[in-house]
Order: sequence, then C-alpha cells, then structure tokens
Amino acid sequence: MTAFDYTVLDRAIEQFGNKESSLIAILQYAQEHYRYLPKEVFPYLSKKLGISEARIYGVATFYENFSLEQKGKYVIKVCDGTACHVRHSVPILEALRKELGLSEEKKTTDDLMFTVETVACLGACSSAPAITLNNEIYPTMTPEKAVALVKSLKENA
Amino acid sequence: MIEGMVIAGIATGANDGYIYVRAEYPKAVARLTLAIEQATELGLLGDNILGTNFSFKMHINRGAGAFVCGEGSALTASIEGKRGMPRTKPPRTVEHGLFDKPTVLNNVETYANVSTIINKGSEWFKKIGTENSTGTKTFALTGNIQNAGLIEVPMGTTLREVIFDIGGGVRDGGEFKAVQIGGPSGGCLTEEHFDLPLDFDSLSKVGAIIGSGGLVVMDQKTCMVEVARFFMDFTQKESCGKCVPCREGTKRMLEILNRIVDGKGEDGDIELLKELGEAISKTALCGLGKTAAGPVLSTIKYFENEYKAHIYDKKCPAGACQKLKTITIDPELCKGCSKCARNCPVNAIKGEIKKPFVIDQKLCIKCGACLSNCPFKAIKEM
Repeated sequence: MTAFDYTVLDRAIEQFGNKESSLIAILQYAQEHYRYLPKEVFPYLSKKLGISEARIYGVATFYENFSLEQKGKYVIKVCDGTACHVRHSVPILEALRKELGLSEEKKTTDDLMFTVETVACLGACSSAPAITLNNEIYPTMTPEKAVALVKSLKENA
Repeated sequence: MIEGMVIAGIATGANDGYIYVRAEYPKAVARLTLAIEQATELGLLGDNILGTNFSFKMHINRGAGAFVCGEGSALTASIEGKRGMPRTKPPRTVEHGLFDKPTVLNNVETYANVSTIINKGSEWFKKIGTENSTGTKTFALTGNIQNAGLIEVPMGTTLREVIFDIGGGVRDGGEFKAVQIGGPSGGCLTEEHFDLPLDFDSLSKVGAIIGSGGLVVMDQKTCMVEVARFFMDFTQKESCGKCVPCREGTKRMLEILNRIVDGKGEDGDIELLKELGEAISKTALCGLGKTAAGPVLSTIKYFENEYKAHIYDKKCPAGACQKLKTITIDPELCKGCSKCARNCPVNAIKGEIKKPFVIDQKLCIKCGACLSNCPFKAIKEM
C-alpha cells in the first residue's frame, strides 16, 4: 500500500487559492488526478481550508460530476440530452451495458477497465447521438459502433 | 461577451466578472480561457483598462453537473463553493447576490449583444425583431432535423421558416410531429403552430417559452408520452431537494409516467398528472420546480390521445414504447428449433420441435430475448 499523494491537493489549493469559494475547483482538480474523490481528500481539505468535512462531503455529493467511487481506465459517457435521446441514445447505452455486464447501479467493471455512465448534453447536438471516451467525442454513434469501440479497447488492453 | 461584461462592470461599479460554464463543454472553457488571456494581454481586461482607472478581472467557474445552477441564487451559491441550492426571493440577486453583494446576472447572449447595441444604437437594434421582442435570438436546432446546428434569426421568425427553410425539414424523410422549445422546462409546439412567430408574447400565449433556446424536432416515431417521461426523469434527478413540491411532486409524476409507458397506466392518471403538475407549478420554490411539469402538461394538451392510447388500449401509437409492443412468431418462418423458448426468461414460449412455436401474450414481458436469438428472423415486434 503506497502512501496517499497529498501533493495533488496542495497544488490545487495553491492554484485556486485557500478559500471556500475555491472548493469546487479544487475538488475538480483532485478528481481529474485521482479519477475520483478518495476518502483521504475530505479530512485533508477540511483542515487546510477550514471548512467542515460534512460541508465538503455535501458539495461532493450534490454535484453529479463528483464520484466517491473509483472509475475505470476508460470512462464512456453516453449523452442522453434531449437531442441525443430523440436520436436513440438509449439503445447505445443498453448495448454498452450489455457488452460490459454493467447496469444503472453498477457503472464500473470489476477489473476497473470500463465505466459507463450517462451525461445530460455534451453540447454536440448536431452530431447526435454522441458519446465520449475519456472526454473525446465520438459523433453519430450506433449501438454496433459503440460495441465495436469497446471490443477494440479490450483487444488492445 | 467579454466587452459586454466589462461595460456592465463600468455601469454598475463592479470589478469582478464570473463566467459560469458547464464542465461538459471543454471547448467552450478552452476558448473562453484563451479569449480572456488575449484580452488581458491587450490591456482590455485586468488593472487600469486602456490606461483608465477602471479595473476588471474575469474568472471562469466550471460547473460540476447540476442543472439547477442555471437558477440565479443557486448559481451564486455554486460560485461561492457551496451546494447549488436556490433560496427564497426576495432578496433577489441584484440586491443580495454573489458573496452577499449586489450582482448583475445575465445570460451570455445578453452580454454578447451589449457592444453591438452601443455601437449601432438602440434604434437600429429595435428595428430587428418584433415590437416587444427586439433583436435576434440564437436557437440550437437539433433532433430529427436535416440541418442541425446553432442558428441566429430575428425575433418573430416563424417556426415554419426555422424548421423548413433553415432546418431543411425532418430528416430521413420522416413526418413532423412536434418540436420541444425551451429545454426541459419548456413545452412542445405542433403543426398548428407552424406560422407562429417565435417571440416572447406569441410563445407565452400558447404556453411555451424561449427558455434555453433549444428547438428539438421530433418525428412520427417519437412517443410524446415517453418524451414527457424523459424530461420528468431529468428534472426529478436534477431537483435539489430543498422544497417539498418539487422534490416529492416530480417523483410522483415520474412514477405515474413510468407506469404509463410500461403499460400499467390506470384510469385517472391523466387527471392526477394535471393536478400534480399545476400544484408543483404554483408552489415550487424556484424556476426549475415551477416549470418542471411544463413538458407533461403541454404534451397532455396537444397529445392527450397518445396518453389515452397508452393507458386504455395499452398501445403506443408511435411504436416506441418497448413494453407496449406485441412480439409474435411468424409460423411461416419458424423452423421450430426451440431456441426462443429456451432463452425466454418467463417461459412464455411454447411449442413442439420442428413445428411453429407460439408466444403466450399474457406471460410475455417484451424483453426481446427471443427476438435477438432467433436464427431464422421469424420473430416480429410491432
């Protein structure tokens, strides 16, 4: 077990400032590095920023983008904004979940390779239905194309 | 937009401007960051702008995935590093806004218009659009449309011009059914509104809003009940949970809509949806709650027959709702291999080997397992 790397949080506090209003930006920075918010983040930030752990936990659980659970190496977000929804994004989501044995409750594979989640609008409405793979947009998807993408990632893993 | 915000700063005596942008739009964040850097380098932002004693700093706050943060008081709470929950008004944000200071809060499009209006004059601006809705408006035209994308048109342009002249009509030769205007808080417009001018007054008369400026075109294969369920699912998840009407009301409405699309709708559901919708609209704390029922009420208004078909006939006229489909085996194509019966999770398929199998409709849960497993494409879904 390696020691937890707190320097990420120190860098975030330095960049955004040691104040309550920087909390969301600091948590976003932390999540970009750890790929989720590990439990060590809360007491450390509480001490540094002088905000209660409960308050930080409250913010982390309020916003959809923060995850307290570890995510996969490949995070696939299926856009289910209105434009993608009417262009049949749900069959894409279902095909991906079926291929990876995931569901609405179970979003990440046990080997921590894949996470499949939905997002409300990626701003790529003219390329609907769209998905992202680690923040890169894949436009005009179909269930078949999405499954092929996952298969190619598995083969190259 | 940056210039507009600086001007607003001069007008109100503010020295800080905040842009709140969704983190899901990384390109927008990158472009804004670059524009602010460039403006600062040119001395158009920062300390002593253009050698004057006016200073203005611009900050970018990335949202963290909460729709309700589009509401003024929730947005300011979020910039302060708190949970983005709206509060009771008054006081409004112009009195008590960000960090408890008076705050001018406007949409991107509003600020983007400021410098043009100052340069060309308000008379010039008022010549565009209609009497009470002046200027232009950007819309995000998407969905089942030939040409999807962002458009900017004079206020008062008709729906017909937008959908057919600019959008090129429904894509893939489909037939127009409805257009959702104003995002998840908006309402739907139908064929009867083709000649309706898109401006504030005309839209409010038919119970719709410009709102987000979203125009999502839907074709005949789109089920309006499912669309209403989709919007309710969204607003229910995005409800911050602070006030009871929105927190509980959206949940109950969603339960009813889920039942209806699953073929378990009951007599009285439409009336109950209307009653709940009207109560939530009247009593919710913020804009999200007040408009949450919009899509349901407006689809009931224009497509009540679709609701009735789901509830009373257990049919989805658009053929979109999975649980209301009828799955049958074509006896001509079935070779009696029994693969479907072995894959059926509820033992609804019976038959003798080498003779056509039959699905017991009373037991079928419409899961489609047989459909994807049939080697002879003998199973049909209607």
